[in-house]
Amino acid sequence: MSADVTSLQDAREDAQAGEARFEQLIADDSRVEPRDWMPEKYRKTLVRQVSQHAHSEIIGMQPEGNWITRAPSLKRKAILMAKVQDEAGHGLYLYSAAETLGTPRDEMYDQLYTGRAKYSSIFNYPARTWADIGAIGWLVDGAAICNQVPLCRASYGPYGRAMVRICKEESFHQRQGWEILHTLAHGTEAQKQMAQDAVDRFYGPALQMFGPPDADSPNSQQSMAWNIKRFSNDELRQRFVDMIVPQAEALGLTLPDPDLKWNEERGHYDFGELDWDEFFTVLKGGGPCSRQRMDHYRRARDEGAWVREAAAAYARREAAPQAGLVGA
Amino acid sequence: MSFASHDSATKQSQGDAITAEEIADSGATASEDVARYALILGDDSLMLAQRLGGWISRAPELEEDIALANIALDLLGHARFLLTYAGSAWGKSEDDLAYFRDEEDFRSCRLVEQENGDFGTTIARQLIFSFYAHELYTRLLDSEDRTLSAIADKALKEVAYHQDHAAQWVLRLGLGTEESSRRMQSGLDSLWPLVEELFVDVEPIERLEGVAVPPSSLREPTMRRVAEIIEEAGLTVPDAAPAYGGDRRGLHSEQRGFILAEMQVLARRHPDATW
Ligand SMILES: [Fe+2]
Ligand SMILES: [Fe+2]
Repeated sequence: MSADVTSLQDAREDAQAGEARFEQLIADDSRVEPRDWMPEKYRKTLVRQVSQHAHSEIIGMQPEGNWITRAPSLKRKAILMAKVQDEAGHGLYLYSAAETLGTPRDEMYDQLYTGRAKYSSIFNYPARTWADIGAIGWLVDGAAICNQVPLCRASYGPYGRAMVRICKEESFHQRQGWEILHTLAHGTEAQKQMAQDAVDRFYGPALQMFGPPDADSPNSQQSMAWNIKRFSNDELRQRFVDMIVPQAEALGLTLPDPDLKWNEERGHYDFGELDWDEFFTVLKGGGPCSRQRMDHYRRARDEGAWVREAAAAYARREAAPQAGLVGA
Repeated sequence: MSFASHDSATKQSQGDAITAEEIADSGATASEDVARYALILGDDSLMLAQRLGGWISRAPELEEDIALANIALDLLGHARFLLTYAGSAWGKSEDDLAYFRDEEDFRSCRLVEQENGDFGTTIARQLIFSFYAHELYTRLLDSEDRTLSAIADKALKEVAYHQDHAAQWVLRLGLGTEESSRRMQSGLDSLWPLVEELFVDVEPIERLEGVAVPPSSLREPTMRRVAEIIEEAGLTVPDAAPAYGGDRRGLHSEQRGFILAEMQVLARRHPDATW
């Protein structure tokens, strides 16, 4: 028997043992780690999900970032800067988690740059007023928390652990958004109107952050079987609505949904049908700021290319033996 | 629970947790001259924080979005301390001073008001300002004014990180590629005429012996260290005459009006509002 055949057979046996072990890990609800064998589809699903999540953090810096220079008090400016900075940090944690699945960061950047990768549609809406910063923190970060808390238990170890760190920070984010709205809702007449207007605009898109209704969400089943996703889109959306209704009452603001009411029997709030045409239009790149967000991202990448090249060249130079003595 | 700037989990340069609110609550009241001195320092920090904030989501690397935001946050923190303390002389808050003073009332230098330019220009400014600020706060630690000395103590730890960040980038850009070296040099060249303004002993500083740090005393140590970094990076210390009008009053930059128009627009639209 030639060496090649032996190693081929070994590899096949390894894969079989690996597959059995993977099935067992999932059945036991334990963690899969980077060195473990995993099905190619599991790997691909995760890379897609984790990198999309990372891209969302990065593009998500733009709508809020646009208010940093105009924040109406120095304290609010500091809080907003810290928050947007955190989002950049979330992007970093998530790209690192995705890298453990074998996809280099540059490749993920490239997918975003060329428009092959998606990010959360919510960031294709404009942050037009200061109250939008409140609504984004309260509703968008709030929805992110509902989505992300169960992901802390995702079967892929590095992803779950990244989510634990992120969730801690997201609760600060939601709180600062709620505080902004609370101050506005108890402020001047113009401030109250600004707050209500922002909530009116962000409510629907925030509910759509959980994705299409379960019936139209073909990939969810497999993700749930793999313990990546723990709850369906509709279950998470319901949780979110149940969470924000009393919070809106405490703010003294209304939610723009005439069908919203407590259902004693279900023990949940009923809510109206969302505009899914709008959702799919925005998803396909037809959002109010879709083009603007991508152009902004690409411009920053393009303008930074010479800096990244310089950093790489400098790192090579430092790594070279007798650095400084070798000619360029 | 409060959500102050130091709650950011990605913050790299954690100083001691004194806050602008604590300074306001301490009851320390600045004299007219001390307040005017604090404004000079505070306005520099505020303008530079405002400028660096513009980099967030536009930096060449994700790590730089974080680093520049971090530095901007630190500077904004320094501005908040200094404006809060200055305001104690006139019964004004940090926000009264930041949002409701007019263009001619600010005392920032032209260097910090310049547009960001490319990354090389931003780093050139960071190099000059952070080395200046480090020398400044090192000496301000010994100020007879206890509030200024406490602010210096907090700022110094943060500015040490800013210095390091700037110096590292000057080396990377200076020794990286032909293009980066050219851009880094051009950033230094374009800002150089504005450097001298940092070191002019404007009033009321001469009346504050033992309290304020005379800017002229910072010139030699700052510029010596800045020149060392520039030379280590294979670049040339520019030979440019100071731009006329550098006395932090009267002949301020064209850019100041634009910075304030943007920074103050919302607060001035709702003058009676709290946020
Ligand atoms: Fe986030
Ligand atoms: Fe967030």
